[in-house]
Amino acid sequence: MPETVMIALDELEKAFAAACADAGFWSEFELLCHDYAGRPTPLYHARGLSARAHGVNLLLKREDLLHTGAHKINNALGQGLLAKRMGKERIVAETGAGQHGVAVATVCALLKAKCTIYMGEEDVQRQSSNVFRMKLLGAEVCPVSTGSRTLKDAVNESIRDWVTNVRHTHLLLGSVVGPHPYPKIVAEFQSVIGRETKDEMLARYRRLPDYIVACVGGGSNAIGIFRPFVEHESVRLIGVEAAGKGLDSGSHAASLVRGKAGVLHGTKSYLLQDGNGQIASTFSIAPGLDYPGVGPEHAYYKDIGRATYVAVTDDQALEGFKLLCEAEGIIPALESAHAVYYAVRMAEELSPESLVVINLSGRGDKDLGIVSKEIEARQ
Amino acid sequence: MSRITSALSKRKALIAYITVGYPSADVTLEVVPLLADWGCDMVELGIPFSDPLADGTTIQEAGYRALRNGVTPRLCIEMASELRRKVDIPLVFMTYYNPVFNFGLETFCRLSAQSGIDGLIIPDLPPEEGAELEAHTSRQAMDLAYLLAPTSSEERIDLVSQRSSGFIYLVSLTGVTGTRKDLSSDLEVFVGRVRKRTSLPLCIGFGVSTPEQARRAAKIADGVIVGSRLIQLLDKHPFRQLNELVAGLRNALDTS
Repeated sequence: MPETVMIALDELEKAFAAACADAGFWSEFELLCHDYAGRPTPLYHARGLSARAHGVNLLLKREDLLHTGAHKINNALGQGLLAKRMGKERIVAETGAGQHGVAVATVCALLKAKCTIYMGEEDVQRQSSNVFRMKLLGAEVCPVSTGSRTLKDAVNESIRDWVTNVRHTHLLLGSVVGPHPYPKIVAEFQSVIGRETKDEMLARYRRLPDYIVACVGGGSNAIGIFRPFVEHESVRLIGVEAAGKGLDSGSHAASLVRGKAGVLHGTKSYLLQDGNGQIASTFSIAPGLDYPGVGPEHAYYKDIGRATYVAVTDDQALEGFKLLCEAEGIIPALESAHAVYYAVRMAEELSPESLVVINLSGRGDKDLGIVSKEIEARQ
Repeated sequence: MSRITSALSKRKALIAYITVGYPSADVTLEVVPLLADWGCDMVELGIPFSDPLADGTTIQEAGYRALRNGVTPRLCIEMASELRRKVDIPLVFMTYYNPVFNFGLETFCRLSAQSGIDGLIIPDLPPEEGAELEAHTSRQAMDLAYLLAPTSSEERIDLVSQRSSGFIYLVSLTGVTGTRKDLSSDLEVFVGRVRKRTSLPLCIGFGVSTPEQARRAAKIADGVIVGSRLIQLLDKHPFRQLNELVAGLRNALDTS
């Protein structure tokens, strides 16, 4: 990271440590999660989907039901409160699908902070309803026309803004990426997903699940649900990346499956890059997965074999999308549809009494434009 | 005394930044000797990177163009050795960490040193993460200059002062590279804070583009780095405006 913001990272680390030790901070966070965002979210036994998956019990962790439509609100609330504690009056953030941007704009409206969101030009077009939402909420939305014009370029631009305005601005990163302490902070705020899942499993089934399946772009929803289960070796953790048009097509975003070690945005992790260390352009039908890197904690779980990472193509994700609509009357985000597809396919090889939790990280309203276009193109 | 240290001890140093391969490899090979003739004391050769976090639009665009021209770290090293045969002034590579990491720190440093490169500047590498690279640069007798910014605390000034070699790169403002109308009003205060805690030469960059700005910076620094403004003139062959600018900067430094 540039020297200019090193001091802000230090300040953030200290502020987070102080907040962690402050019961008042957590009770404020939990109250907002409950009253404002709608936590806890249900763990829903999807019988219709299970019937399409050889009778294996598929449970959906319904993050899609949260205010603003995805798990992103958990972290936005937490960091928003943290920024307020640090006396930062302005918040800047990147967004891919727009879910994080909407969550940040929402929290800024709630907490009365100025808000600027950077979004790749490509994504501004792909996710126009979310752009409109952010503007309604009072955020300034800046389209980014450099590089591949998607999430990584939005991250670059939000970091440049932060470097320029660091004294009064907080960078509200939306995933478990970026420089320390961001991956740690985001994981902490998102792990409420896993804690609720664990409590609910024990209360209802008196045991832990056999599998947890979550989609991975930067990896925040996956870390959120994995974290509390990492210590329970019997629970198998599966992260599903975006194989885009296919892993050999050159148009995908499967950093863990196909990347190699590198450093981007202050993180050393698996990265999609060319032979000269230039960051590759990525592609996925799901804008929220369209990122060439991945959280370093996922890289660690891959290296020690604690989690398994796989990839699902655009076509397969669309299949998962339609399947959940038909089988359950739930329209998933295209990101989450990657996890749905993989869980259903994986079920073929499982015994029927297996318990599989799918993290349904977001709802699909934002994706209707993309999906209708894709369906048309395939007819 | 390294070539960099010696260049910085003679007179107020004029340091030029150019992106290798922008607008073409031929221009890079042609212009570096001219810059030396016109009075530059050191040239930073920018190895383009796809995600230049610390750069404003001018250098970003130059980098993208260079990448489209097929510029790679290996090609930059080859061009450096060609340039080394033509000029005696220090040449340093400025790039981001990932291309160096991907190349292999040891190989990158060894080949760079063999090609006549005198030092490295990696704006996204804080000293906390630099120990590994420092081991290789010092083995190759290359300098590794770290950066300080107006936001840097006294502790960080001490850290960079201990770890930097050759010089310390002072970022004149809180922001990215690029021309600005005015230098920061706090520049003297910032440079004074650093000067009090280090004996290393100090070079000021980011946002310095005019002779007036260079003169003000040179009054308090040992060197002044100009990048974006030069880049803007690089595609205007036969470099008449570039020549005028460099001569103006040289004159400003000599009369500061």
